[in-house]
This record gives sequence, structure tokens and C-alpha cells, in this order.
Amino acid sequence: MYLTKEEEKILDGEYGEIKEKMFRILVVIGDIYGADRMIPVSSCQISGVSYKSIGEYGLEFLESISEKGARVVVPSYLNPAGVDLKLWKQLGYPENFARKQMRIVRAFRKMGIYPTLTCTPYLIGNIPRFGEHLAWAESSAVSFANSVIGARTNREGAISALASSICGVTPNYGLHLEENRKPDVIVNINTELNEISDFGLLGYYLGRVLKNRIPYLRGIKFATTDHLKALGAAMAATGSIALYHVEDLTPEARNFKLENLEKFSVDEEELKEEKERFSGEDLDAVMIGCPHASLNEIKEISALVKGKKLRKPLWIFTSRFVKKLSVDTGLSRIIEKAGGKIISDTCMVVSPIEEMGFKVVGVNSGKAANYLPNLCGCRVVFGSLKELIEMII
Amino acid sequence: MKGKTIYPGRVEGCAVVSMEPIGFYGGVDVKSGEIVEKGHPLEGRSIKGKILVFPHGKGSTVGSYIIYGLKRYGNAPLAIVTENIDTVVAAGVILAGIPCVDGIDISRIRDGDIVVVDGDKGEIEIKRRAEDG
Repeated sequence: MYLTKEEEKILDGEYGEIKEKMFRILVVIGDIYGADRMIPVSSCQISGVSYKSIGEYGLEFLESISEKGARVVVPSYLNPAGVDLKLWKQLGYPENFARKQMRIVRAFRKMGIYPTLTCTPYLIGNIPRFGEHLAWAESSAVSFANSVIGARTNREGAISALASSICGVTPNYGLHLEENRKPDVIVNINTELNEISDFGLLGYYLGRVLKNRIPYLRGIKFATTDHLKALGAAMAATGSIALYHVEDLTPEARNFKLENLEKFSVDEEELKEEKERFSGEDLDAVMIGCPHASLNEIKEISALVKGKKLRKPLWIFTSRFVKKLSVDTGLSRIIEKAGGKIISDTCMVVSPIEEMGFKVVGVNSGKAANYLPNLCGCRVVFGSLKELIEMII
Repeated sequence: MKGKTIYPGRVEGCAVVSMEPIGFYGGVDVKSGEIVEKGHPLEGRSIKGKILVFPHGKGSTVGSYIIYGLKRYGNAPLAIVTENIDTVVAAGVILAGIPCVDGIDISRIRDGDIVVVDGDKGEIEIKRRAEDG
């Protein structure tokens, strides 16, 4: 890989040990994937924030580099942590876990990273522009940035995204290059999609079947950003799809020739079968907000629970920013009156909910349906918002 | 054998060889330096102070922090030699500062060989063969 004189100096340690190591990581990744050079990135989304994911050694590493003076050089944002930093006690999060979690967030803040603690940076003011190069971890945000916005990022990991935030560059390979962004399979969708859960279920299925391909989706007549957020998150969870195109909807869909592409179709039957894998009734809780709920999703929930009494916990995960709006608009009051809670900074996947007595959890998210069984030891019941809330009223 | 430097440093030690990939997250115990993955060819073996030889990593990206933890607790391998390194192991050895050379035909190294890993030059040398049988 070609390195500038300045970059050679970083590798020689002229800018200190941390920058040298972080840059070396990017160089090695670039070599592994055949990058020709480094390119500047305009923002970083950093994963590996929850104590549940990175553990003791991750915590020690982050504290050690933040104390040694590691600082970010581009706007950098944090993924969800493992607790709500304000409500953890009230919600029953384990104290030892919460304390360690706060040390992790402190270390990131010391490096100059914004403690946004959300997987939806694009809903709270970090909107890349079309074609902009990014180093984002958090597979659902990667999918959204690439597919819905047309910005360019590979699926970074916790450490590569942090390395980019400290060095300001990423190796130029993969989805940064136009030729790697073309679809390689056409998917005809012959079923109507209305609810967020429909998109989540479709994504769950497509990710499983298509693995790491770049699908060109046909037959989606209408989709909001909330719908696409659910679709992309699920595809990125059950598969490793970092980019998809939707005919007449996403910005790069018309850029590519579609001749000679393999075709594949999805009918109502397939999605029904997929949903039946997650049927059940006796829920311990309903958990919404994977990825983090938008204000509109919270509004939809508030309309469903208005004036009702919930028998089981309803936890809605979102960013602190959207939570604030839900308080200001009175939506959170309606939900809380019914017995639901709006929780920020964390989500059901990275929270230690396995230690908190939840065994069967209702979700409307394909991504959560994929991760909860393995990461939290829960059985999942999948349904639309309406179906789930009816089960706990 | 000529390979590629992932992290510099020159060390000599005894090789522990796995022809199967190693997943550090959940597969290696930081507090003992032992491979704990059930059914892994190296299950129960210690990698502490050894030249750990394997094709590439597998599993969760948190594996990088496990490699860092191994070093921090004094249970890390002396060096790592790989055939087609992945980003998880690469990031781990760099964070931890463990000499590492990639691009080596690992089938030529036998368990118990005394090996010199020269991360500065990106080379490894088999100094003494393990006794046969």
C-alpha cells in the first residue's frame, strides 16, 4: 500500500505509541484487503461500548490508551452501552456491571468521542452526505449509511473504527470503491410490506439466504426511513449485508446495469414460515427499539397503549436525544402511564438482560430476533407492535 | 521462511501448532493462557510463552481484546505465526505488542519445534526440529 511521508512518520512512531499502533492496525487491514492507500473519513461510529461485549480487557485497554493521551481527530460517535446511565438502578441493572460501564464511557469521552450511545447516529444529527467516506462500525448504521444515504463505509469493527477515529483515515478498499457497490442478485418481493416488523422479517430472511451479497430489491412500493432501518439492520444481523439497493427508492439503485444477474424471489409463504419460528404467547416483556426507536415509532406505540394498563414490562430503547423529544412532546407520559418505560443509552441486545430474569421477550425487530437467543439466552416471540402490545394488555 | 511483518520484535521459543483456526473470544482463558474451546485440537494446552502457530482467527471481533488481556496478565504467547491473518488477530497482536509474522506455510512447522520469529524482518526460522514420535 502506498503511504505518504507523513504516514510513514506515524508508523515510525514519531507521533507516539498509540497513533503508531492504531495506524499499524489500519495498514495491516489495508494489506489484507488489498487497499492501495489511505483515504480521509469524515466521521466514525464506534462499537464495542457495552461492558457485556468488550469485558474486563476491553475496559482496561480503553482506559490505558485514554490515559496515555489517545484523542480522536474526526467527529466520532458511540454505540449503545450496556446500561441506561441514569436509570440503571431503577431498572434493576446489576451494580458492578453499571460501574464498569460508566468507566468505559468515561474513557471514550476522555478521547473526545461524543457519548451519543446510540446505534442510530443518523437520527440524532450525524447525517453523512451522499458519497462521503466514513469508518462506521455498528452493522445496522453501516447498512443505513451505505444503502439509504449512499455514503461509503465498510463494516468496521470496534477496534478498526477507533483506529480510524484516532488517525482520521481508513484503508481504501471494499465499499469505498464504486465497482464494489454494484448489486449481485435481484430479489423480487411478491408480498406486501406494511409494518416495521414486516420489513424486519424480510431482512431476517434475506440475510440468512443471501449471506454477504449485495441485493437489488424490487417490488417495495413504499418505505419510510424507519422501515429501511429495520430492514437493513436485520439483513446485516442474520447475514453480513452492508449495502442493498431498492428500485426507485435508494440513491444508487439506478447507477448499475442489472443484466445477467441471478434472480431470486420472496413470497408471502416464506415470510410466514419465518415468522412461525418465533411464535408464542407467554411474554416476560416486550422490547422495542432495535435499532433505537425514532420519535415516530414512539408515537405509534403511545397511540397503542394510550389509556391502557400493561401487565408486563414494555421497554422502548432509544437515544437520549429522542427520549428528550418524547418527554417534551408528552409521548413518554402516555407510555409511562400505561406502565411502559423509555430507556436510553442502551438496548436489549447489549444489556445484561439474561441476568435480569427475562426469559421470553416479544420483539418486532429482525435484528433483535437474531441476537437475543444467543447473546441473552432468551426465547423470542416475533410480532408487529400491535400484536405484541395486545399480548401484554 | 519469508513472510510479512504484522508486529515487529524478535523472539525464540517452542512452537505450539494448530492447523485449525483459533477463536480467542470464548476459546482462550486469559487467566491461565490455556485453550478452552471444546473439541479444539489444542484444548487444554497452554499458549503462554510459546510460539503460537495457526492459520487464522475465527469468531467474535472481541477476540482482539482477549489477546490484549493475555499480554496484560502475562499469559500471552511469545509470538504468533499465521498463514492468512484476519483482522481480529492482527488488531489483537498490535494492541498487545506481540511479535507476529503472517504469510507462512505453517504445515512446515511441527509442534515442539524451536522457532525464531523475526518480526522486524518478517521471517521465521526453524532452529531445531522436535524429536520425531
